[in-house]
Amino acid sequence: MTDATQNTGAVAPKSSLHTLDARTKRRNAAESRFKLYGMVAIGIGLLMLVTLLTTILSKGTGAFTQTFVTMEVDLLESKLDKSGERDLEKIKKVTTFGYAPLIKSAFEKTVKTHGMETDLKSKTMAKILSKSAASQLRNYVIANPDQIGQTIEFRFLANSRVDGYMKGRVTRDSIANDKNITPAQLDFVDQLIEVGALTKTFNIDFIIGADASDQRPEAAGIGVAMMGSLFMMLVVLALALPIGVAASIYLEEFAPKNWITDIIEVNISNLAAVPSIVFGILGLAVFINYMHLPQSAPLVGGLVLTLMTLPTIIISTRAALKAVPPSIRDAALGVGASKMQAVFHHVLPLAAPGILTGTIIGLAQALGETAPLLLIGMIGFIASNMPETVGEGLLSPNSAMPAQIYEWAKRADPAFYERAWGGIIILLIFLISMNTLAVLLRRRFERRW
Amino acid sequence: MSVKLTASALAITAVAATSAAARDQVQVAGSSTVLPYASIVAEAFGENFDFPTPVVESGGSSAGLKRFCEGVGENTIDVANASRKIKDKEIKACAEAGVTDIIEVRIGYDGIVFASDINGNGFEYTPTDWFLALSNEILVDGQMVANPNKTWADVNANFPAQALQAFIPGTKHGTREVFEDKVILAGCEATGAFDVLLAAAEGDTDKAKHKAAEKACISLRTDGVSVDIDGDYTETLARIESNKDGIGVFGLAFYENNTDKLQVATMSGIVPSTESIATGEYPVSRPLFFYVKKAHIGVIPGLKEFAEFFIADEIAGEDGPLAEYGLVSDPELTDTQTAVADEAVLGSNM
Repeated sequence: MTDATQNTGAVAPKSSLHTLDARTKRRNAAESRFKLYGMVAIGIGLLMLVTLLTTILSKGTGAFTQTFVTMEVDLLESKLDKSGERDLEKIKKVTTFGYAPLIKSAFEKTVKTHGMETDLKSKTMAKILSKSAASQLRNYVIANPDQIGQTIEFRFLANSRVDGYMKGRVTRDSIANDKNITPAQLDFVDQLIEVGALTKTFNIDFIIGADASDQRPEAAGIGVAMMGSLFMMLVVLALALPIGVAASIYLEEFAPKNWITDIIEVNISNLAAVPSIVFGILGLAVFINYMHLPQSAPLVGGLVLTLMTLPTIIISTRAALKAVPPSIRDAALGVGASKMQAVFHHVLPLAAPGILTGTIIGLAQALGETAPLLLIGMIGFIASNMPETVGEGLLSPNSAMPAQIYEWAKRADPAFYERAWGGIIILLIFLISMNTLAVLLRRRFERRW
Repeated sequence: MSVKLTASALAITAVAATSAAARDQVQVAGSSTVLPYASIVAEAFGENFDFPTPVVESGGSSAGLKRFCEGVGENTIDVANASRKIKDKEIKACAEAGVTDIIEVRIGYDGIVFASDINGNGFEYTPTDWFLALSNEILVDGQMVANPNKTWADVNANFPAQALQAFIPGTKHGTREVFEDKVILAGCEATGAFDVLLAAAEGDTDKAKHKAAEKACISLRTDGVSVDIDGDYTETLARIESNKDGIGVFGLAFYENNTDKLQVATMSGIVPSTESIATGEYPVSRPLFFYVKKAHIGVIPGLKEFAEFFIADEIAGEDGPLAEYGLVSDPELTDTQTAVADEAVLGSNM
């Protein structure tokens, strides 16, 4: 009825383009609202990250320092080697319990030399030391039997309550019902601080040491668990990378596209989404119960994590291979290269940065995994020594970093809780450096077409 | 190239591992209550002997005994820790899998305490209070009715009107059974509910009726008042920290390490301590055990030495490190020591 052009002309606003009409205003408002939502979302994310990091840092940094008591100990021949023959087998017969008197007399001596006044009995004084002190002495004597009869200066760990007192976690109020420490012992600790015998310093043993039992949280370290994680990662790298890359090259470059490869493809994607605990059960059934591999061994842990990491590596490798333009392959084939030459000489080098990134991210994921380890015996009290050979590292029982953190978090003494947070810091440092490496590799070598 | 080498080296080690015999460290699993004691012993064992430090896992008494009963051989555990006696059913399951000779070792006693937030109300319980608080049905005017209690004041007029909220160990823990036997069942009998249930119980024999009544006694309410904790005591502690009304069930040793956060309740007027448990005054205590596979002695190096060391006077005695951590030492420790030295198995000499 009405002419369209005329109509438009009539309705069109006769105002400047610089003044906004209602509809434009609404659209602009919607856009700025959306930007605001986005910023709020990012803000919430950042806030969470900051809260997480500050909590971890504030709770965990304490684990890196530890309270030590420095004392001179007389290694009495009458207690340690009655026969006087310096026969190592006989010296070994003296258990850690036999070393307690030496520590008691060392305290008496310290009190005397520093002229301190205290009513405490030497047994009560000795209680401020860690239970590890006796074994520290014994290990020293067994390593240096010729030192028996000498007076040696030792640096012992103080027990977790004294350490907590130095760190402010334990106060005179909080120990009102505590039977493990008394205010009189804390007074004695104050005296030791004055004469400089008791100090809080950086504790390397937390980073390189082994786990300790519930009675001596002060002696626990994450080092051996770190080695466990390292050996597991070696297994994962040595198995998952070649298998994963071979599988993806075949699927991407050689395999015919038919229903069989389709099924394989779907299943790989499905496997990537399978909860990790499932791989743990599989590991228990196949590797331990059927193949009779040892329990609690990093080798088994590594095999289980390999199963878990494979799909991740295959998917990222295939994506990296796909990203190499077909023109490269065509050119190689055009100048007479075989299909395999084209892949290995031209496609694979170009896809390598992507493959490496995927592998590193897969490894980082495996490094933080705890659930499958639960079923193959890698979570628990596993205070093994540092492995000396590769075989021992793979086969002797060990824990892993996240498993160690979980184990510490559930123990009774609050001092273990601090160590759990400290362990998280170390684990995070590993994860961040691995991810940074992945980003750097990608930045440095990736080519875009 | 190097990747290929590593891979083949790995494959070789894997094969070597399968063929190489004899695991050289003792493998222990079971009760999370026994775990701290077992790890203290394992650590001292590793320090004082030339054997490697045993591996101790937790997971609960039932879970540990289940793994223990999986069979004989290197890929099964050598020792199961339990905070209760092994059941006939479990002995049978063990026997079916070929685990016939089991050495039972009692290491001492452990108290179960009821504790709440340090700044909250203090309580003086009797088993009756707990039965009235948590049971599914209680006796009102001679009739069993669904538990109507909402606050502790409803349970006992002397208590403050604090909402009922209990965090008790889940069914896979041995602690749960002791809680049911020594607290809920005792309360059930004290209130007279047991007799009513027994009269109404169905069953062919007296024994079956008795069992049915007991089962009815210990069925707990499911309306959220009683929460099963399947994890460890640290989880119970975290629950209490987030819900100040909550009362938790803990092991004595755990409470003694957390006296700055928890206050302990008395039971029938007795404050729990190693002394009151040793004399038997404090009613809620239970023996702790570990079970050793005799077939593994002589196969796994250090197994017998570990078992003997665990109950040696210097470890499990009154002045030993276990007692210091909270274990109530066993007055009959010497008998246990001889039994272990003789490798006396379950059911042979009793």
